[in-house]
Amino acid sequence: MSDLLWILLSAMVINNFTLALFLGLCPFMGVSGRVSTALRMGLANIFVLVITSICAWFLNTYVLPSAPYLRIICFIVVIASLVQIVEMAIKKLSPLLFQQLGIYLPLITTNCAILGLAIFQTNRGYGFVEGLAFALGAGLGLTLALVLMASIREDAELAPVPRVARGMALVLIIAGSLSLAFMGFAGLGSPT
Amino acid sequence: MKATSPQQDLLRGIWRENPVLIQMLGLCPALAVTNSVKNSLAMGLATCFVLCGSSVLVSLCRRLIPHEVRISTYILIIATFVSVADMSLAALAPEVHKQLGAFIALIVVNCMILGRQEAFASKRPVGRALLDALGTGGGFVIAIVAMGVVRELLGSGSLLGVPVLGPDFEPWIVMILPPGGFLTLGFLLLALNARAARRERRQLATREGATSAALPSALAAGAARGDARGDARGDAAAREGAR
Repeated sequence: MSDLLWILLSAMVINNFTLALFLGLCPFMGVSGRVSTALRMGLANIFVLVITSICAWFLNTYVLPSAPYLRIICFIVVIASLVQIVEMAIKKLSPLLFQQLGIYLPLITTNCAILGLAIFQTNRGYGFVEGLAFALGAGLGLTLALVLMASIREDAELAPVPRVARGMALVLIIAGSLSLAFMGFAGLGSPT
Repeated sequence: MKATSPQQDLLRGIWRENPVLIQMLGLCPALAVTNSVKNSLAMGLATCFVLCGSSVLVSLCRRLIPHEVRISTYILIIATFVSVADMSLAALAPEVHKQLGAFIALIVVNCMILGRQEAFASKRPVGRALLDALGTGGGFVIAIVAMGVVRELLGSGSLLGVPVLGPDFEPWIVMILPPGGFLTLGFLLLALNARAARRERRQLATREGATSAALPSALAAGAARGDARGDARGDAAAREGAR
């Protein structure tokens, strides 16, 4: 049990996907303007990451042992199609949820965080339950980073920022400081 | 679509439409693996190979690919070349492959590559597609090697593993850690913005005679500007080094 908690915590703060591993930067830079959108993007990310983890576990257990060279192709095709199917199902079953998360789902599919999760999970040999904990931790970490970033950016809009630093330069420097702050969590234990 | 000369196709991606510095595409690898020049170079060349290979193949197949499933087809083609790059690197340079880890496989989701297929290779003949891929790939290599030079120089006091700053240099460990990636790119962009702003001011001054072009906010943030200027020097050196 403590192992699972450790995997979750480690993926969430110590090896935060965005701030320590640089995965999923596109949504981090793109939709971190408002806290409400950032939160919804984060939730959609958790959702897709959990699906991905289950997918990757299935492929690793039943399909890929007989064709290891197809790993990258297999992951991307299966995950992309599955997310598409789930998206259609949500659209039919729960229009409200679709309205909240829908527009982000296709964007997320080709996000490095998703493929990154599948590959890390494989490299570390996580089983089904461990994979789920890893996915949940990674998703929560992404959400945390997105929401923090969005709240800082909302404030930064009102600050007297020099003209040369507006836009991406400022976002990257803020991200650097956040990442520096997250480095403090490394004290919790050695990253695996 | 505007017609362009072959020379323009090649040169555009290198500086004026640089994928990392201007278009902000392919940031994940640009930040993740640039903690040393060697890693940057390996990553840049692998990405360049995948980009050229898939551009040529997409361009050759452009009349065969149905419009509705074109994106999936591009991703499949890219994933094939990434598998080739991944396995070749594992065989040829196992040490580098181990250091880059999952990031070689993550070339698949580099938006720069998919972007070039959709915007260019799928509409142009093979030769042009290859030139464009070489230009964009070259721009990518230049940008990430420049970042690698800054980060390795400041973070470990060496270049390509050879110590250059002498034994008295206290390395800025933070530069080879994750925050260093964000900060280096941030300051690099700051320097480029400052350069663009200066050029704009100069053009304005020549056009309208002497105008007071000083920014009122510049005074308020003297400290930030000081940082930017210091880093601009480092970055200029890095760009020289990259050439």
